Amino acid sequence: MAPLLNVAGLQAWYGESHILHGVDLHVNAGETICILGRNGMGKTTTLRSIMGILSKRTGTITFDGTDLMKTSLHNTAKAGVGFVPEERGIFATLSVQENLMLPPKVAEGGMSVDEIYTLFPNLKERRNSPGTKLSGGEQQMLAMARILRTGAKCLLLDEPTEGLAPVIIQAIGDVLRTLKARGMTVVLVEQNFRFASKVADRFYVMDHGTMVAEFPVADLPNRMAMLNETLGV
Amino acid sequence: MTTIFGYPLVVWMGQLLLGLINGSFYAMLSLGLAVIFGLLRVINFAHGAMYMLGAFVALLMATYLGLNYWVALFVAPLVVALGGAIVERTMLSRLYKLDHLYGLLFTFGLALLIEGTFRYLFGASGQPYPVPAALSGGVNLGFMFLPIYRGWVIIASLIACLAVWLLIEKTKLGSYLRASTENPVLVQSFGVNVPLLLTLTYALGAGLAGLAGVLAAPIYQVSPLMGTNIIIIVFAVVVVGGMGSILGAIITGYMLGIAEGLTKVIYPEASNIVIFVIMAIVLILRPAGLFGKDA
Repeated sequence: MAPLLNVAGLQAWYGESHILHGVDLHVNAGETICILGRNGMGKTTTLRSIMGILSKRTGTITFDGTDLMKTSLHNTAKAGVGFVPEERGIFATLSVQENLMLPPKVAEGGMSVDEIYTLFPNLKERRNSPGTKLSGGEQQMLAMARILRTGAKCLLLDEPTEGLAPVIIQAIGDVLRTLKARGMTVVLVEQNFRFASKVADRFYVMDHGTMVAEFPVADLPNRMAMLNETLGV
Repeated sequence: MTTIFGYPLVVWMGQLLLGLINGSFYAMLSLGLAVIFGLLRVINFAHGAMYMLGAFVALLMATYLGLNYWVALFVAPLVVALGGAIVERTMLSRLYKLDHLYGLLFTFGLALLIEGTFRYLFGASGQPYPVPAALSGGVNLGFMFLPIYRGWVIIASLIACLAVWLLIEKTKLGSYLRASTENPVLVQSFGVNVPLLLTLTYALGAGLAGLAGVLAAPIYQVSPLMGTNIIIIVFAVVVVGGMGSILGAIITGYMLGIAEGLTKVIYPEASNIVIFVIMAIVLILRPAGLFGKDA
């Protein structure tokens, strides 16, 4: 079966800086993959290039039969890709509820608002507060929740655990496992591979703008030495 | 006779009314400017020209097509909004990636071009536009005589401002607009056609200016320079209210109109500069404006 998301030979630039030097990755439907790597190696840029936020890019990106290289930014979401940025992007001038309802539905099969509030009870309690009055963890939950509503098939998740307390990280892990059970495809960018090892099926290791390793979660123990060296942990 | 600070109440009320009318125009124009600036980050110097266009479209519709005020009240803003949409789509949108100064220079040039063309075609002198029959005459309020048309202008502008405020604060489209003001790229990545939203926003601002122009036609003379005269004050209103603040623009518009009117009672010579004095004070004490958030 063809992968849901296929990226081949992806190069990308920020202005004159050449960041991605030929990224290859594929994600099968229902799979959670995790891109590991140190800061500045191109993980976030990979996600932004797949979305089309970064427009200076060459290579191949196909998603569910759609050529994303030819798709404008606002049509990428309609193809079924949802993006949760590292900075979470919660809108201060919108209430929690408005933030949640903001992204238009792109397909049937998204979570209903009731289901989302069951999964994230804190958001329901605070639905009338301004979005940025939430705690960091709640903002991360909201950033994920608003994509889940849209019916997106694939979630691009950029460092969801960054700066959060262990108990919140655990809750995010629970949410990711719930999503996987529902068949969601996830591309996770993480530095915290202990967290990632609990949710991802397969790993990519990124270094200086390319993928330098790929292995399934079962292989993780054998890779620890390499990871410790590459990630510098 | 009742007096306040030694001036008769009648004089105060008269100037309060005049101030409210001027404030109505300031509010509608600064609201459009604020909405455009908030989302497009463009300081729309063509705003005065759009106001003038609204008045002229009404005048030309009456002269050549025999269409009355009520038709003009709906059609003229649409014409100006359509013109705004075309300008944004074909020209202004090309400048977003450049420094903001280019948008300012472009709209400034556009204003000169439009006003120059109209001056060439119609001369610099003003032309009268009749007050619609249904709104002519006045009522005696006891303390003053209120021309009905002027009362109508205040009500119409309040309705227009309230409608735009509701559109932005309470509708789905408005939530797209507010979110895009904060982070347009992210909103577009959600699947919202942000470029189209920008066009609609510019058209909305232009349409509001056009509506203000039609409302102004029977009060002021319809002249190619009517926009130049008012736009500088409106910029001061936007600065006082806080760049990009919707509610701030509306409230400040009425407030400064009234301040200008009341100054006329006490010290008429100062009425032309009072708004700029207030602007200077606000800039010193609260650089982000009365309703603006600190950047």
